[in-house]
Amino acid sequence: MRQSNYYVILFSVILTVVLGGLLAATSEGLGPIQKKSVELDTKKQILGAVIEVTPEMDVLETYEKAIKSEVVDYNGNIVTENEKGEKIIAEDVNVEKQFDKAPEERLYPVFKFFGKDGGDEVVSYILPVYGNGLWDNIWGYIALDTEGETIKGAVFAHAGETPGLGARITEEEVQARFEGKELYNDQGELVSVKMLKGENNPESKLDEHHVDGMSGATITGNGLNAMLENYFKYYQSYFNKKGTTATL
Amino acid sequence: MSTETVDKPIKKESEPLLSKRRKSIVTDPLSDDNPITIQVLGICSALAVTTQMKPTMVMSIAVIFVVVFSNLSISLMRKLIPGRVRIIVQLAVIATLVTLVSEVLKAFAYDMYKELSVFVGLIITNCIVMGRLEAYAMGNKIYDSVLDGLGNGLGYAWIILAVAFFRELLGSGSIFGYEVFEAIGFSADGWVGMDYQANGIMVTPVGAFFILGLIIWVQRTKTGYIEN
Repeated sequence: MRQSNYYVILFSVILTVVLGGLLAATSEGLGPIQKKSVELDTKKQILGAVIEVTPEMDVLETYEKAIKSEVVDYNGNIVTENEKGEKIIAEDVNVEKQFDKAPEERLYPVFKFFGKDGGDEVVSYILPVYGNGLWDNIWGYIALDTEGETIKGAVFAHAGETPGLGARITEEEVQARFEGKELYNDQGELVSVKMLKGENNPESKLDEHHVDGMSGATITGNGLNAMLENYFKYYQSYFNKKGTTATL
Repeated sequence: MSTETVDKPIKKESEPLLSKRRKSIVTDPLSDDNPITIQVLGICSALAVTTQMKPTMVMSIAVIFVVVFSNLSISLMRKLIPGRVRIIVQLAVIATLVTLVSEVLKAFAYDMYKELSVFVGLIITNCIVMGRLEAYAMGNKIYDSVLDGLGNGLGYAWIILAVAFFRELLGSGSIFGYEVFEAIGFSADGWVGMDYQANGIMVTPVGAFFILGLIIWVQRTKTGYIEN
């Protein structure tokens, strides 16, 4: 009886239904809590690009005070509604989904940082970036100065880079290497900031456009470089436009 | 005939909840039959998650949960599971439990979820879990199976916690994030007059091999265990 094909099939079907039902119920039940966790984490990352986020800090409250966001398109125009006339909120723009579209069709959120306790003037622009690492996607938030030319801070995250190698992009020490680096050269051309191959490169190589690399993680580093260069390019028109309106 | 059938259940009930045999089900895997140091199973996660105490603690709890409850479920169904598909049934049960753990972590400890990322999912392939189902839960009673799962889970847990203790202490100079060396004077203002120089190799998986090797050495010297 226990060996008959009918029994095996029946057993498998029942097991699948029971286990599947259990998983579906869990996913449904925990869904809203997970969504909140993800939202909190995103805001923590955005803030982390400009200030140090301590465990005692009320992230949501600080975010509320410090950050105002907007969404722009590839040409740097501010977008407030989608084709269906629904309001677009920068925090809800899924950078991962946007990444699948052509660069010209993507939405680009901009998070404007007004200082830790809020303020009237923008202190820093925080841009989300997204790209490919070695095994999976990598992403991050880059804080630029008000001109959009100097990096003030960076956070990176990854989905599946090798622990101890590529996964080191999440380490503060690695992220701090980007602080103060310049996006444009003296001729005003976008040259981005590149991570070098190998670690402990001589001081002479680490100019304002280059940061020290991570040994054993060259491909993750290359992915990081491509990600930064691409997104700096995508956001270029936003900063250009902002510059012209400011001078008018 | 009839006296025999009556005798049997009485004999069964007479075994105390924590008889010597049952105690040994739990304590054997802690040392003499340890899944990591003796059976050398579950090495992958022992190397990967043990750079710090906190994620190791979460990993330990997750593995104990999975191995106890999968042992329980499989033992419950052991008379119903068709022999030909038993491995896939075991896998399905383990995968479900691991997914539950992962979902709960994602909801209530998102930072931990991110840090452990793939390693929680990889509990599915942890040989300890499947090994216990195939070797024990398929042929033993429910309560014994739970004890067996608990014993093996704890056996796994104490080893990886021990490895993590030394790796975090020597590699980062802290325990559970608390700066131990700084507290005892390893800082610019302390009596040593300089910071503790972290041992970089302890942060890499290589460090875990060293620690694990030392633990196995000490343990086998003590127990006199020799591999056949």
